[in-house]
Parts: sequence; C-alpha cells; structure tokens
Amino acid sequence: MVEFTLNGEAVRTDDAPDTPLLWVVRDTFKLKGSKFGCGAGLCGACTMHVDGQAVRTCVLPISAVAGKKVTTIEGLGTPQQLHPLQAAWVEQSVPQCGYCQSGQIMSAAAFLAEKENPTEAEIEHAMAGNICRCGCYPRIKRAIVSVAENTVQMDALVTEVTS
Amino acid sequence: MSALNVSRRHFLQTTGIAGGGLVVGVSLAGCSSPSLPVKEFEGAFTPNAFLQITPDEAIRFYCPRDEMGQGVTTGLATLVAEELDVNPQNLLIELAGAHSDYANPAFGGVQSTGGSTSMKAHYQQLRQIGADVRALLLNAAALDLGVAVSKLETEDGQVLEGEARYPYSRFIRTAQTLEVPLDTPLKSASEFRYIGRDFPRLDGVSKSTGTAIYGIDVDIPGMHHAVVKRSPVAGGTVASFDASVVRSRPGVTDVLEIASGVAVVAEKFWQAKQAIDHLKVQWNQPALAGVDSDQVRSDYEDAMDSATAERAESVGDLNAGFAAAETLIEQRYWAPYLAHAPMEPMNAVVHVENGRAQVWSGTQGPGIAQGLVARYTGLDMENVTSHQTYLGGAFGRRATLTHVIEATQLAVETGKPIHLLWTREDDIKHGVYRPASLMNIKAGVDHTGQIVAWDAKRVGGNIGPDTLRAALPGVLPAAISDGVVDWMVGLSTDILDGWVVDPTSIEGLHGDYDLPNREVSHITKNHGVPLTFWRSVGHSFTAFAKETLIDELAVSIGMDAIEFRLRNTQNNPRLNHVIELTGERMRGMRPEAGRFLGFAAHGSFSSYVAEVAEVSVEGGRVRVHRVLCVVDCGLAVNPDVVVAQMEGSIMYGLTAALHGNLELRNGEFLESNFHDYPILRMDEAPTVEVVIVDSDEAPSGVGEPGLPPIAPAVANAVFAATGQRLHSLPLKTV
Repeated sequence: MVEFTLNGEAVRTDDAPDTPLLWVVRDTFKLKGSKFGCGAGLCGACTMHVDGQAVRTCVLPISAVAGKKVTTIEGLGTPQQLHPLQAAWVEQSVPQCGYCQSGQIMSAAAFLAEKENPTEAEIEHAMAGNICRCGCYPRIKRAIVSVAENTVQMDALVTEVTS
Repeated sequence: MSALNVSRRHFLQTTGIAGGGLVVGVSLAGCSSPSLPVKEFEGAFTPNAFLQITPDEAIRFYCPRDEMGQGVTTGLATLVAEELDVNPQNLLIELAGAHSDYANPAFGGVQSTGGSTSMKAHYQQLRQIGADVRALLLNAAALDLGVAVSKLETEDGQVLEGEARYPYSRFIRTAQTLEVPLDTPLKSASEFRYIGRDFPRLDGVSKSTGTAIYGIDVDIPGMHHAVVKRSPVAGGTVASFDASVVRSRPGVTDVLEIASGVAVVAEKFWQAKQAIDHLKVQWNQPALAGVDSDQVRSDYEDAMDSATAERAESVGDLNAGFAAAETLIEQRYWAPYLAHAPMEPMNAVVHVENGRAQVWSGTQGPGIAQGLVARYTGLDMENVTSHQTYLGGAFGRRATLTHVIEATQLAVETGKPIHLLWTREDDIKHGVYRPASLMNIKAGVDHTGQIVAWDAKRVGGNIGPDTLRAALPGVLPAAISDGVVDWMVGLSTDILDGWVVDPTSIEGLHGDYDLPNREVSHITKNHGVPLTFWRSVGHSFTAFAKETLIDELAVSIGMDAIEFRLRNTQNNPRLNHVIELTGERMRGMRPEAGRFLGFAAHGSFSSYVAEVAEVSVEGGRVRVHRVLCVVDCGLAVNPDVVVAQMEGSIMYGLTAALHGNLELRNGEFLESNFHDYPILRMDEAPTVEVVIVDSDEAPSGVGEPGLPPIAPAVANAVFAATGQRLHSLPLKTV
C-alpha cells in the first residue's frame, strides 16, 4: 500500500511498489494525460511534478512517491481554466500530434517556477530532455519565452506550481 | 483565457469531452456500417456524412481524414466552414469512424490518410458540401420565415433577416423535409473569410491539457493489457516457448502464441510487461538472420555494378547527351534503414462480444482497421465498428496495422477486451522501415551550363509490395479468402519487384530539372526487412542524391549553384520561381564567422520547396543553426499550419540527416530506444524561417514536401564549410 497526494487529493494504491508512477496514474487512477513514450526516462512524455520537481515517471517506482505531492497535466490546468503555459501553447499553436505536449508543459512549468528571465540557451538546456518527434521546438521555445516575459503570468505560475 | 476567447463550444469541440471522464468519439454501442458511424443526438439533422446540426445550436464536422499532427482537422474544417459560413473555431470536430463516404478521393475507395493528399483531395468536395448545406438551410429559413431567399444572408452559423438573427439549428426541422441542393456556386477567393487566415489550431486546447484521446488512452470495462514478444529477426516464427514461469506471475491471465509471436495478457500493463521479460522463446529463423548491414551495402554495390536494371524512364538520347557534355560527374549515394519512431507507440483496443466487434486505434486507415478486424474475427463488416482516435504521430508508420491484427487475435482467443501496447523497443526493432538505398547518378553538363545527360539508378527494396501485403487483407472484402489475398499480394510483389519499377522507389531522382536526355532505372534487392512509407517516401533519399550532385555539378563548372538550377528548370516554372525567391533571400543572409550556407530545392507531392541551411562544423560535429524555407504549396488554406509543417518536416529531416541510422546484425536491428536511435532535441534545433509563395493554384501537399531538401541543403553547407562532399546519410565529416 502506497499513499500519496495526486493533484491535491489524498490517494492510495495496492499496485506493486515497483510499479512506475506513470502506470499507476494511467491504469489505476485513469488519468490519461501523461504519456508513455520510451519506458526508459529518455523522452520526457511521462513528466509529472513530484513535490514541484519535474520527474520522468516511467522509471520512478511508486514506492518513491510515498507521502509526496504528485501533480499531473490534469492538475496543472483544465480546458476551462488554462494554466498560463497552456494558454501560450494554444495561442502559438504549439501542438502537432500533441502526444508529447503534456510532458513538455510539465517540464516547462517546473523550469519557469525556478528560473526567472531565462536565456534561450537555458530554455534549450532545460527542455532537452523532452523529445518532440513532430519538431515543435521553435514554438515550444516561443511559448515559454512569451510566458517568461509576462510577469503577471509568471506570478500566477509560481503560485500554482508551489501551492 | 479571455484573450483567447475559448468558448464552451470550442472547448467541447477540441476536447471531445461531454459530461467529463473519458469519452471516446463514438458511443460504445456504436452504429453499424453501412449506416453512418455518427451518433444520433436528439433532434439531430444529418444531411450527409460530414455535418450534423443539433437543436442546441451545435454544428458537428465529422473529419474524414486522420489527425496525426499535420493539422488536417483544422484544415478540412476550414474548407467546410468557409462555404457553410461558420467560424471554423465554432465547429465541433469529430474524428470520423469507418464508412465508404469517408474514403480519400485520392485513393479511390480506400479510407486512408497519407501521401500529403488530404487538402488537395478534399478542397472541392468539402467546400461543395458546405455550400449545399448552407443553401438548404437558407431554403428552409425562407419557408419558415415566409420571405424570399434573396432577403436572407448568413454569418457565422446564423441566418440574418434584416436586423433579426436566427441560429441555423432553428431551421433544421424544415430542412429535413427538403432536398439538399447540388452544385451550389462556390465563393471566389476574394470572398474567403476563413481560408487563408490564421487562427489557433482547433485541437490546441485538448492537446495542451492532456484531454485529447489517443488510442493508448482508450479504457473500457473489463479491459486486459497485452504485450507481445516478437521474433528478433523479421519473418521469424515461434519454434517453442515455456509459458510456465510467466503464467504464475502477478496479474497474468493468459500466455499464448499468435501469428506474430507470443503474447502475455495481464490485468495491468506493467504486470504484462514485467512478466514477458521472463519469457523465453525459441524462434525459427528466416534467411534474413544471417544478414549484417555491411552485407546489405556490398550486395547493393555488386548489384549496381553488374545486375540488369529495369528502366523506369527514358527520354531523349543519353549517349548523344554524354557526347555533348564538357563536364562529367558520377557519384554514388547511400541512405540507411530508418524507423519512424512516432512518440505514441503502436497500440489497439479490440472488444469482441455477442457477434459484434469494436476496435479503437489511431490509424492512417480506420477502414483498413475495420477490414482487418472483420477478417480475423470472421464477422461481417457491418458488425465491426472502427473508432478513430487522435494519432500520436504516424509519418507513414500507422498505415501498417499489425498491432490491430494482434489485438484482434488476442481478443478472439481470450474472450476479453484487449488493450495491446508495443513498447519503444518493439517499435524500433520490430517495425516496418524506410528502405536502405544505394543510388548512382552520372551526369554531363555542356558549355552553356545545361545538364545534357542524366543517368540515375537506384538499388534497394520496394516499398509497394510490403505495404500492400500489410493493407490488402484489410482492404479486400472478407469474402475473398486468405489464400486469394496471399495470391494477390504475391502477384503485386512479382509485378513491382520484377516487371515494372515501383514508382516510390525512384520518385525524385529525375522529376525537377529539364534533363532532355535522361534514363532512370532500378534494381530490386531486398534481404527481407519489411518496408513501408516513411515521411516523403522515396524523396527522403533521392533528393539527397540529386541535390548534392546538382551542387557538385555547379561548382565543377564554376557556375553559381542558384544560377545553375535556374538554368535547368526552364520547364518547371513553379520550382524555378521558388529557387529564384530563395536565392534572392540567400544572398541577403550574412552568416557569422565560421558558419556556412547550403542550398537545395525539391518538388514532391505537387509542392515545391527550397531550403537554405546555415551550418557550422566544429570538431567534426555538424551543427545546423538556422534554416530558411520557401514553399509553394498552392493556396495555403491555413498558412500557420503550413509553417508548422515546414518546421516539423525540417526537424524530422534533420534527425535523419544528422543521426538516423539502423544497423542490422544477424538480421536483427541493434538499436532499441532513444539512447541509440537519437531524435533531434531542442538544444540541436535550428531557428526556422518559412516563406509561403503567394499562389492561386489549388492546394497541394504540405505534410511531407518540407523534408526532402533539408539533408542536401545541410550537406552542401558542409561542403562550403569543409570542402568535403558527403555521399552517405547520416552526414559524418571525416
């Protein structure tokens, strides 16, 4: 039995302790926004926040999040109430196939919560762990810059990620 | 949020959510073909397979083509919305299920998406449907309001009568009693309100919030999860296996042999995945098992030097051309096997119950999926419902539906609803591939700079037969027995391997330049690696050979590479224009010290693209900093989608140009995941500037044509930087 907080809600699971967090979230808690891409921590499609840090959850055993706060893309914002990064993603028409974008947005959110006014090189470095096979990189970068440059949005973002 | 004005209707349309939770596009009960696979809402008016209007003012568009990221839902919605006179952002987009009305006009009766055909194929059809339904609604409104049609106008889903505005839905009851007008006149380009304008992609909200549903996300009651261990060498079959160790593992319910290998079924994916790692299978090895990449290359070289080639094209007098040439160059080019590696690995959900079957999978052919399920369940087509989802990338990979066959066999054998998922290792090692190719071009130029002789030859496997082998069982009626299907596949293989040249094998080797004296020929050589379309297909390797040779020819005669291309595209005005525009901009580019420019141009899928790559070579590492891309794709229906497709094609092409390589060892591909099959990441991605040529021509291909020029543009820049001519992909300096 492992207990943790999932998008603000206390949850528990009987899944085997070595089960990766990704599969517990997808198959047990039925939240499908976080994706499976590689199963080896190489592509970032499964990225969630664990206590505010961006983590590759396809290789993170559920036992490692006992007592911790897990946030998925569903906990970041909703279609009715978009997170500033999600709004920027929509505005810049970032997604193509869209499959990697939950992971991209979660990586970007954790990064911006820690880093004000990042340089382009810092954004590239921070986002290099997330693969986009459709090649949306120029737009991902543009969307992140647009949020980073908007201090009102940045304040909202820091509040949401750390709350 | 407010700035974006994401209305509730837009939210519904982009998320596909109604009432929360996970809702798949079409209800579980489904509808049977040949009736339309369209959910009948209370009081709904469904004038055709594409549109449905309900009393709550919602207008649904059933998108006939598959959304794999190329923006086709936005694009085709724009066409129908333009003539229906509704803002496309206010349409609810549904992904159409399988039905003959959703066939791709470019592919005859087959419901399939590919070949950069969608916009071209539906440009007339969907505008006409929008116009006819608008005319019908106006006729109904005239009757209901008791005024002449000429007194009525429309605007964004409303009928206007003087100051009064009525939603289209108000007139659907009367509309149901009227005949749909045909051949309603279409708008002229100057009247367009939405075509040619930019607005956010219609799937942007769902894909930015984790609410878009892909095949992998489908979750139905009682569903079990399956993984399959397949032969390490393509074509191998199961000799024996020991299920006992696996069967007792947690959650495992079934271990069984299917056509492609041995499957483990468990209550959850992770249980199945953990269990199958303990499964030991002995395989009957096919001939491919003895083959290494080095042997493929040397066999291709031997064939190029000595085998008899089939002629694909012969124009003018090649010998006379060579006699007239002042400069001769002959080069040989290599392109390796590649996997598509879409981010969403292959998957399918199949449920067989009470004489009916349902399949959910994001495919490039929902109709093919339906046919495969019918064939492998023995059910009639009308008892099989194929539900389309979003595709987590495809690039040609999701036209081969082995995973649908696997899930169907497992659902039949176990009696359980099956969610089958390939791992990334399965995807890289057990897929269908871009063929390895060896190309040889010998060309001669006269004293005026005209290419007077062009002798091009390719050695490699054919894409057509393997792709047909995969698709035919799903396309042909189930009444045609497996034996006859095998015979037809064999016949097409014989035809394309032995009698006529498979056009996709040599496309792009000759089409762009004037080449008054030319021969293009082919030698089929395949060791048994399964092949299929890979973004831009033959062009993905032929453009590299053609455009680096053109650059070499220009340099060798001391002519500017742009001038040389202009000189030799007199009969190809649209490509000529793109080259000219790009050349002008290239002359204005001022790369910083240590960076060099390379140019390439290529026509494919009826579009024309030129690219300039700004490159540095540091310690042997090729780095691409910036790319200029000029595209003529006819009328750009959604300009920003065109820009995105050029950006994406350049990134996809750069992965291949800089990293892409699969290595065969004893018939098995050595690579398995993104650590040894690297994909371009953000820290390697260049900035991209896209220029769309103004055009009144009908829309043409967008999803693929941006890819072919990038590898040769980079290779030509590497030559400018180092003086080295690179003849093999991926590009490695020495």
